[in-house]
Amino acid sequence: MHPAPSVIFFTVFSGMGFGLLAFLGLGFPAVTGLLAFAMYTIGFGFAVGGLLASTFHLGNPKNALKAFSQWRTSWLSREAVLSVAALLMMAVFAIGAIFAGVHFTIVGIVGAALCIATVFSTSMIYAQLKTVPRWNHVTTPLLFLLLSVTGGALLAGQVSFALPMLIATGAVQALTWYLGDSRFAQRGSTIETATGLGMIGKTRQFEPPHTGGNYLLNEMVYVIGRKHSMRLRVIAITLMSPVPFALLLLPHNHIWAALAVLSHIIGVVASRWLFFAEAEHVVGLYYDKR
Amino acid sequence: MTELPTSTDRKLGLVIDLDTCVGCHACVVSCKGWNTENYGAPLSDQDAYGAAPQGTFLNRVHTYEVQPPEGAAQTVHFPKSCLHCDDAPCVTVCPTGASYKRSEDGIVLVNENDCIGCGLCAWACPYGARELDQAAGVMKKCTLCVDRIYNENLPEEDRVPACVRTCPAGARHFGDFADPESNVSQLSRERGGMDLMPELGTNPVNKYLPPRPKQTEEIDILAPFLTPVAEEPKGFLKWLDKALGGD
Amino acid sequence: MSKQPNIDTSPPVSDEIRKTTCYMCACRCGINVHMKGGKVAYIEGSRDHPINKGVLCAKGSAGIMQVNAPSRLRSPMKRVGPRGSGEFEEISWDEALSLATSRLGKIRKEAPEKLAFFTGRDQSQSFTSLWAQSFGTPNYAAHGGFCSVNMAAAGIYTMGGAFWEFGQPDWEHTKLLMLFGVAEDHDSNPIKMGLGKLKQRGAKVIGVNPVRSGYNAIADEWVGITPGADGLFITSLIHELLRAGKIDLDYLARYTNAPALLNSDPNDAEFGLFLRDDDGKMLVIDRKSGKPTAFDKKGVQPDLRGTLRRAGVTHEAAFHSVAETYLAPEFAPEAVAERCGIEPQTIRRIAAELARVAFDEAISLPIEWTDFRGETHSEMIGRPVSFHAMRGISAHANGFQTCRALHILQILLGSVEVPGGFRFKPPYPKPVEAHPTPHCQSNPMAPLDGPHLGFVRGPEHLALKPDGSAARIDKAFTWENPMSSHGLMHMVISNAHAGDPYKIDTLFLYMANMAWNSSMNTKSVIDMLTDRDDNGEYVIPNIIYSDAYSSEMVAYADLILPDTTYLERHDCISLLDRPICEADAAADAIRWPVIEPDRDVRGFQSVLCDLGARLGLPNFTNPDGSAKYKDYADYIVNHERKPGIGPLSAFRGDGTETGRGSVNSEQLDRYIENGGFAVTHIPDSARYYKPWNMEYQEWAVGMGLFDTPQPYLFSIYSEPMRKFQLAAEGHGERQPPDHLRKQVHDAMRPLPVWEEATDDEGGEYPLHALTQRPMAMYHSWGSQNAWLRQIHGRNPLYVPTKVWEAHGFQDGDWARVTSRSGEIVVPVAHQAALNSNTVWTWNAIGKRKGAWALDDNAPEATKGFLLNHLIDELLPPKGDGLRYSNSDPVTGQAAWFDLRVKIEKCAAPDEPQPAFSSLRSPVGKGPKDLAWKVGS
Ligand SMILES: Nc1nc2c(c(=O)[nH]1)N[C@H]1C(S)=C(S)[C@@H](COP(=O)(O)OP(=O)(O)OC[C@H]3O[C@@H](n4cnc5c(=O)[nH]c(N)nc54)[C@H](O)[C@@H]3O)O[C@H]1N2
Ligand SMILES: Nc1nc2c(c(=O)[nH]1)N[C@H]1C(S)=C(S)[C@@H](COP(=O)(O)OP(=O)(O)OC[C@H]3O[C@@H](n4cnc5c(=O)[nH]c(N)nc54)[C@H](O)[C@@H]3O)O[C@H]1N2
Ligand code: SF4
Ligand code: SF4
Ligand code: SF4
Ligand code: SF4
Ligand code: SF4
Ligand SMILES: [Mo]
Repeated sequence: MHPAPSVIFFTVFSGMGFGLLAFLGLGFPAVTGLLAFAMYTIGFGFAVGGLLASTFHLGNPKNALKAFSQWRTSWLSREAVLSVAALLMMAVFAIGAIFAGVHFTIVGIVGAALCIATVFSTSMIYAQLKTVPRWNHVTTPLLFLLLSVTGGALLAGQVSFALPMLIATGAVQALTWYLGDSRFAQRGSTIETATGLGMIGKTRQFEPPHTGGNYLLNEMVYVIGRKHSMRLRVIAITLMSPVPFALLLLPHNHIWAALAVLSHIIGVVASRWLFFAEAEHVVGLYYDKR
Repeated sequence: MTELPTSTDRKLGLVIDLDTCVGCHACVVSCKGWNTENYGAPLSDQDAYGAAPQGTFLNRVHTYEVQPPEGAAQTVHFPKSCLHCDDAPCVTVCPTGASYKRSEDGIVLVNENDCIGCGLCAWACPYGARELDQAAGVMKKCTLCVDRIYNENLPEEDRVPACVRTCPAGARHFGDFADPESNVSQLSRERGGMDLMPELGTNPVNKYLPPRPKQTEEIDILAPFLTPVAEEPKGFLKWLDKALGGD
Repeated sequence: MSKQPNIDTSPPVSDEIRKTTCYMCACRCGINVHMKGGKVAYIEGSRDHPINKGVLCAKGSAGIMQVNAPSRLRSPMKRVGPRGSGEFEEISWDEALSLATSRLGKIRKEAPEKLAFFTGRDQSQSFTSLWAQSFGTPNYAAHGGFCSVNMAAAGIYTMGGAFWEFGQPDWEHTKLLMLFGVAEDHDSNPIKMGLGKLKQRGAKVIGVNPVRSGYNAIADEWVGITPGADGLFITSLIHELLRAGKIDLDYLARYTNAPALLNSDPNDAEFGLFLRDDDGKMLVIDRKSGKPTAFDKKGVQPDLRGTLRRAGVTHEAAFHSVAETYLAPEFAPEAVAERCGIEPQTIRRIAAELARVAFDEAISLPIEWTDFRGETHSEMIGRPVSFHAMRGISAHANGFQTCRALHILQILLGSVEVPGGFRFKPPYPKPVEAHPTPHCQSNPMAPLDGPHLGFVRGPEHLALKPDGSAARIDKAFTWENPMSSHGLMHMVISNAHAGDPYKIDTLFLYMANMAWNSSMNTKSVIDMLTDRDDNGEYVIPNIIYSDAYSSEMVAYADLILPDTTYLERHDCISLLDRPICEADAAADAIRWPVIEPDRDVRGFQSVLCDLGARLGLPNFTNPDGSAKYKDYADYIVNHERKPGIGPLSAFRGDGTETGRGSVNSEQLDRYIENGGFAVTHIPDSARYYKPWNMEYQEWAVGMGLFDTPQPYLFSIYSEPMRKFQLAAEGHGERQPPDHLRKQVHDAMRPLPVWEEATDDEGGEYPLHALTQRPMAMYHSWGSQNAWLRQIHGRNPLYVPTKVWEAHGFQDGDWARVTSRSGEIVVPVAHQAALNSNTVWTWNAIGKRKGAWALDDNAPEATKGFLLNHLIDELLPPKGDGLRYSNSDPVTGQAAWFDLRVKIEKCAAPDEPQPAFSSLRSPVGKGPKDLAWKVGS
């Protein structure tokens, strides 16, 4: 799949943003006033910025409001509805915290739940796709949720919570890759099932249907850069998990903490790039490419 | 809207005969022509005369080579457009309701007025049947020529999809799969109409007729036909005498 | 669930439909042009049309992108930069026409042969040839010589009609179709429709082709023959059928010259010629009387075994020669298998299958008919095997004889003009005798002595000057290629450049991209076009060219006469030319301006009418010196070939007369009302056995196809060819020069025998290299079409598995491909279903940078390539100081497919080699994006 920067940004930052908001909603830390203002700015900034970034991916954003209508069937619609609900709920909570110094606990808990639900529905947009076997698995929501919570914990300064989460995230990330690598084959879709020609014999593409480009090839048969994927995986997981873990173990210092967050973000961005770039859509079978 | 109808009154779709398709791309271009001028936004082309031309097409013809266990490899031309799946994943993922499956005839359509161009439906389609138009920013897909098949401004015989009407080899058939006696149902039954990627559970309406086996008969059956009457000209002329009832 | 949107399922389709004829290839399908607000909105096939019956191919459907292509020329132009630069100045039509008139007028006054007028694949040849004939130059031909003249000539000389689009398998009845070397052909849509019908009926299709693509992909059996060997394969099938006696003796005796008595005395000056009576009629032995009798005498029953001794000379039925020739062991399957690349048992099985279907599955239609000998038959016997072939067998230097061999196979099976077999389309069948002979007598200020092109019956018809040198610039109808019925377009530039046989002044070309894809050895042709003599003048002094688009050739002309596109002009698809007939009907068609040009362009034929009048040419000027025809439309309606016979056959006279009739000034309107065409059906009992069917013959006379009935016999044995052999043996007044005696004798065998097409370069160049036409592209001009170029924007060289593996090729690799005359470096791709000694690519995808209003980095230029760089129009020197063209020695057909190459893996260059500099586009570049919609 094409690793569109807007989608990578959207998913990484909104995930972390909602993670942070969730922590804040649950009162970790229970900040008020200016500090709250700063932290909510980051939380909303990430979450809303990410959501806005995602609209760059839209061909026809003027209809964006309609995306709220199909919450009964569409994970994307659910994400839209939940994200707005989460943001509204957390806005109420934030206003209380910043301006009145009060924490509407129930609102915070519900807000936090909505934040997590938003991230979950984001992940389900991908996880539901049978056409992308690598994504079509529980590890996808698991990883998205872990990353959101871990990122949130880091941003919220919940070091003791973040430490085990970093390890867990790294482990789930590794597991995701490990399981993901064989999932396309397990799904059983081949050029033979795609064309139905398997009943005759081994099938290969002789000529593509068009020598010019098209949306499908750009969007779903993205093969550039996969050859670097092993190296990128090492970089991604290292920056995402052990490096911030080590930095957090160092004597507490804002610089180290900031570096830990930065390292984690870079690692997650790399991981998310791989999430797309390595994901093979079954339509590639028609082009004898994956 | 993005809920799928539990059943549709009719199941309109195509049968594509892989044993007859010569790979001429006529269906590709007539589809482009019709759908550029008709339903929804025109099918646009980017860098049309440039280094990397690319445009929106609703129907594309692939070509494969298949190696049977014995004999020469076979070439198969393979047209592909939306299969109007019964369990269309492209519909259920759509956040806006723009994608829907018509309850009256099962045609899967995009309502361009609602589409946000998020591309998710194209991701959900296993068959590459949807292309996001780069100029209009909306999702385009085969409409089964919904604006032809019921069109009262067209003579009745022309109320078929543009690709079917144009196919010179007659490799494309249009009809109602809900009617077991329709041309498409019969063809599919007789020729073993198949689903593409059945493992994904989309239940396509369109069926593909597999290439007929390309066997060559055994020589023995035909050997008597070539029993020599003569090995050399003289003998041949003698035979000729006899054959002509010569005196 | 919310409500489904209400959509309009009955939107208006268009304001108006205008019916005309497609032009994107030679098939000439009928099209419905849907108009919205005066603009072309959508093009679909016309259902009533006899050719396509509603269907339309990719090119036809993309016509809208052709008519609106940014590459369209906009105005007449005069070259201002050096040739090949693409630098032009736009000029007025007045200036353009007076430039042309003064130059051509001078030529006509001094030496009309200094004009060489060659036209491409347009089908107004009866008109353009009339113009050239009126001008008086002997140098006129159209594209047939480099296209498929072998097929045309072999068909006409053998059976009075050919494949191309001039005949067709009896799609309704045939049970077995064998296709030789066809990728697409001129009868494109009818072939596809026909194949579809066969598939529906479960009839069998056998494809003989080194490449399994297109039609061969759906063939039930694929015979992956090694190129150039079809003649061998076919004669082996003939051998097997003869051996088994599986031939149609009755058919042979009645309808062919097999029973005609041949002079069989090797010492006689008439050895190998037919014995004729005083009326010049061939004699046969009548089985009833045992007496020699004119072949067409009422009631005669020709005897295939006939012999006759007369005046001390033995005469034997030609069939004796046939049997003697083809029963020889050299034709046994085992003997030919290796060269053909086909297993002996496969050859035998196919022969058996042909025999089984022809004889055991024979059909009969209960239709009574009467033959030319007066015999009435109660039924029409059908041999439901049919054949079709095209350039795959004809574009070889042994192509003429290969095509003849195929026709002989058809005739032996009795499957021509019978139900289930191969059928002619009017104006065919037509015996050689009914065709003109070539003419080349030119004099200043006078028309030529007759039509340029024709069918020689013997050496007396060659186009030679009194000194024996070639009268024509292309050396057609000379000893090098005596039966070159379509001329040799591929030799014009090369001969004009060499001044051999003489120098010319003006090369006048019409819709032929000779500076690119229709030349052999493109690079050297470009050099010839730009070469200057010692005085700095161009060796080919003046080039006038008519094109509609900014093609590669435009850059090499001095004066450009920009044509309209096909929807902006009148055209005539005439029975005098290459009509759109069906086997069951005569039909012709028109094009008419369904839109008006938005540029300063004029239909070329109208321009020729104007030029003809300015030059004062007969046929184009009234006695008072005024222009005879206002424009081409005027010509179409008012021209008469003979009294009552004009370019269009229907709606003549008062509008009800067909075939013959006086001029009807409303004829074009009537065609337009009728859908742009007219069809006249052949009566039921005249539909088959046409060459011998008197009812057909009389119908044809009524239609104006002939003036009298012309029944004739098929020529299994070719007497005209034998006449050339006799000359080579030293008989007669006109004899070949000594260095050509052997070539003429070998080439002109009256019964086809296969010969290797090239001196086998086997060792050094082990691979055959071919091109195929892509179904969705038309030669060079598809690439300017924004839709089609997305389908075929570049072309790889396809390599068979054996070679692919031997060279360790991988996807994305490039190779250096070398022939004896050149080298190219191109991308390769793998194909398994390919003859293991063959490589191939799609034809004419590669484009010159700067042409066709495409970006310089267009993939057509940076990845696409031409195979033409490796093909030579001349054979390597033979050491006798003479130039021999790479052509069939019978017809001069360009031997495109005799190319031999070697291949090696190499590093990928930036772009294919050879690379050419960019041409300056006289029309600028195309727009970036398109979202074409003319309605709201
Ligand atoms: N390697 C290889 N080369 C081949 C062949 C092959 O098989 N292999 N095939 C050969 C054969 S059979 C042929 S017929 C030739 C074809 O070769 P050409 O006849 O040279 O090729 P075309 O591309 O048809 O283009 C002729 C020109 O006609 C122009 N044209 C198009 N429409 C119009 C119009 O309406 N009016 C005017 N005035 N001009 C127009 C086009 O712009 C183009 O410049 O190629 C030959 N070359
Ligand atoms: N779409 C489209 N249609 C066209 C044209 C076009 O450019 N595009 N051009 C038109 C013109 S001008 C022409 S002349 C016709 C030509 O129509 P075709 O005769 O179909 O022309 P080619 O594409 O040259 O196909 C030649 C075929 O012969 C095969 N072949 C080559 N050598 C041999 C051999 O030795 N033996 C056998 N058995 N097969 C062999 C090749 O693999 C190829 O399949 O098409 C016309 N129709
Ligand atoms: S083919 Fe693709 S686009 Fe069409 S209905 Fe099925 S899933 Fe949807
Ligand atoms: S692109 Fe349009 S039709 Fe497809 S899922 Fe998004 S909104 Fe629905
Ligand atoms: S049915 Fe209509 S929209 Fe669908 S592929 Fe055919 S022509 Fe295109
Ligand atoms: S038009 Fe018919 S024969 Fe041609 S590619 Fe399409 S389905 Fe195949
Ligand atoms: S075959 Fe295609 S290009 Fe040729 S005339 Fe017919 S529609 Fe036009
Ligand atoms: Mo041609």
